[in-house]
Amino acid sequence: MLFDLIPFSLLVTVFTIAVIFVGVLTAVAYLTLLERKVSAWVQDRVGPNRTGFDFGQPWLKFLRGFFGLGQPLADGVKFLLKEDVVPGHVDRVFYFLAPMIAVGTALLALAVVSVGDTPVPPTLQTVSSHSASEFSRRVFPATKSELAGMNTTTNLSEVRAGYAQYNNLSTIKFAIAPNVDIGFLFVFAIGGLAVYGIVLGGWSSNNKYSLLGSLRSSAQVISYEIPMGLSVLGVLVMVGSLNLERVVDWQARHGWLIAFQPLAFVLFLTAIFAECNRLPFDLPECEQELVGGYHTEYSSMKFALFFLGEYTHMITTSFLTAALFLGGWHLPWATDLLSPSMTGNFDIAYLFALLIKLAVFGAKMFAVISLFMLVRWTILRFKFDQLMNLAWKGLMPLGLMSLLGVVISRQFITPGTAQWGFQCAFGLVSLLIVGVVSLLLPTEAPKTVLSISRGRSHSATSAPELASRAS
Amino acid sequence: MTAIAEKNVTWVKPPRLNLAEQIYLPTVAQGMITTLKHLVKTVTGLNESSTQQYPEQQPVLPPHYRGVHRLNRDEQGRVKCVSCYMCSTACPAHCIDIVAAPSPWPDREKYPETFVIDELRCIYCGMCEQACPVDAIELTTIFSLTGMSREDMMFDKEKLLSVFDQTVKLGTDPVRTRGGRLSVAAEPADAGLTGSSSAQS
Repeated sequence: MLFDLIPFSLLVTVFTIAVIFVGVLTAVAYLTLLERKVSAWVQDRVGPNRTGFDFGQPWLKFLRGFFGLGQPLADGVKFLLKEDVVPGHVDRVFYFLAPMIAVGTALLALAVVSVGDTPVPPTLQTVSSHSASEFSRRVFPATKSELAGMNTTTNLSEVRAGYAQYNNLSTIKFAIAPNVDIGFLFVFAIGGLAVYGIVLGGWSSNNKYSLLGSLRSSAQVISYEIPMGLSVLGVLVMVGSLNLERVVDWQARHGWLIAFQPLAFVLFLTAIFAECNRLPFDLPECEQELVGGYHTEYSSMKFALFFLGEYTHMITTSFLTAALFLGGWHLPWATDLLSPSMTGNFDIAYLFALLIKLAVFGAKMFAVISLFMLVRWTILRFKFDQLMNLAWKGLMPLGLMSLLGVVISRQFITPGTAQWGFQCAFGLVSLLIVGVVSLLLPTEAPKTVLSISRGRSHSATSAPELASRAS
Repeated sequence: MTAIAEKNVTWVKPPRLNLAEQIYLPTVAQGMITTLKHLVKTVTGLNESSTQQYPEQQPVLPPHYRGVHRLNRDEQGRVKCVSCYMCSTACPAHCIDIVAAPSPWPDREKYPETFVIDELRCIYCGMCEQACPVDAIELTTIFSLTGMSREDMMFDKEKLLSVFDQTVKLGTDPVRTRGGRLSVAAEPADAGLTGSSSAQS
């Protein structure tokens, strides 16, 4: 039979892809509405509130309104039906390739990000003789103090059993590709590729504004990638795995990493604002200076693809933030009470627990996205050089300090509250130190003329000349 | 190039940041609180939004708003206009077209046989209103006018008179006259501009 030829796991994967894809596309559509609503509310306006589901038909009048919930649908229809203008002066190959890269990389990065509680198989490790049951639970013992109390037996049989159980198809997956061992490294690698969409789009448009936008984007990449990498290195050192499910699992048992590394969290947050091209780092597309930035020459669905990629990227990074620092599906005292694993074929309590965890994860993702939208209306856009200054002189030293604190505490301090306190204090103190040091650094503030009281000709004397004369 | 004496130039340096400003986070938090305040106030309705829900909620315009024209009627329902061409002469957009004819009524010499205003050409400056010696043409507060063709937007005498009837009925008269009678905003009868004051009595 045909169905015997198709492995059931493949069907499950295809189903998961379909569900997550449709879910994310819907979420993107409604995020654009939320974006407009939040912008309006912050500015004491109402925002879109007309477009319901009446499609202009009088007999569907009762479907009008609904807080503008029909707006994304109308936008989608508009994007699909509008004329797709391709200017004559573009480099057609890359012009068509750029939106594909933008949306493709964004969706690819989403593939490994889990949105709920996906069980993790145990790792192969040396097992402590006295507390085998505890260490068999996926902790990666790396420090001398932990290794000292262990004998050399491994948990090979347990790992085999765990994988057998894990491959059991009754487990519900909340990621397209769960338990990828390079986990968030993969997300960052693909996220780094997403910039190529912007750079190619701007370059192939053959337009000075687009080109400026993509140039800024490439300059932005070399600014934010390093602080971002440094901030997540602390997570790697603490958890010992790049696997996102494992990171969440670690936090569920030891506490959220934001409590351990608040400084790294702030650095990561700053970096993902830059990664998603959100204000205050939306240099590639600042409307005020660059018309539309890298997508100036794009119209119709190609523009929508850029948009889609950008918002998908926001969702991915928000899930990532929730997973790396905010404990993923874990909520203290609440999710601990829930049923941890499946018993029997159809376990209502377990399914309920999965749903709750899905909701918690989603709520955390939503909180991060709300932060994105609020910050947009709070902080002004950084200039090109200001962003570089911030990233290289501010964020990078802070990232190194944060990593140093984690490494020290991991090596010398016993796990638990002491480790938490040390890391937290180290991060805050290093923030203060960097602040004080940057205060003491000599500033090169340009001299500014307030008034020239008896100067006859203002325009004839340029500011640099005045400056050289004054000094 | 003029040399400016050093004593005449005041140099201003940007203020130095303090520690809290230098590490950004406290000031960012302050800004977030301001943003959140606006958000929460608008969502909860504490902050009265100044947005008007336009088609349902019509704006209340001041009586001196310059919208669509109307041709006023006198007490007997006749058109007030005496076909003096003052308005079409004053009109900078040349959008008023009048054809005069001998008046059928004894109290004036001429009356407009046709009176057409091209509403698309009009710039709504209100100079016709100022030029009119008998307060026959006025600009109303009607601001939304639509038509399916350019011909639709050529308002003839009947249309302009119907605008008068409509605005009198709605009570949205312009500032100078009220229901065909002069209001307090009109210039006094002895201002020397109007000769046929009998029309307003």
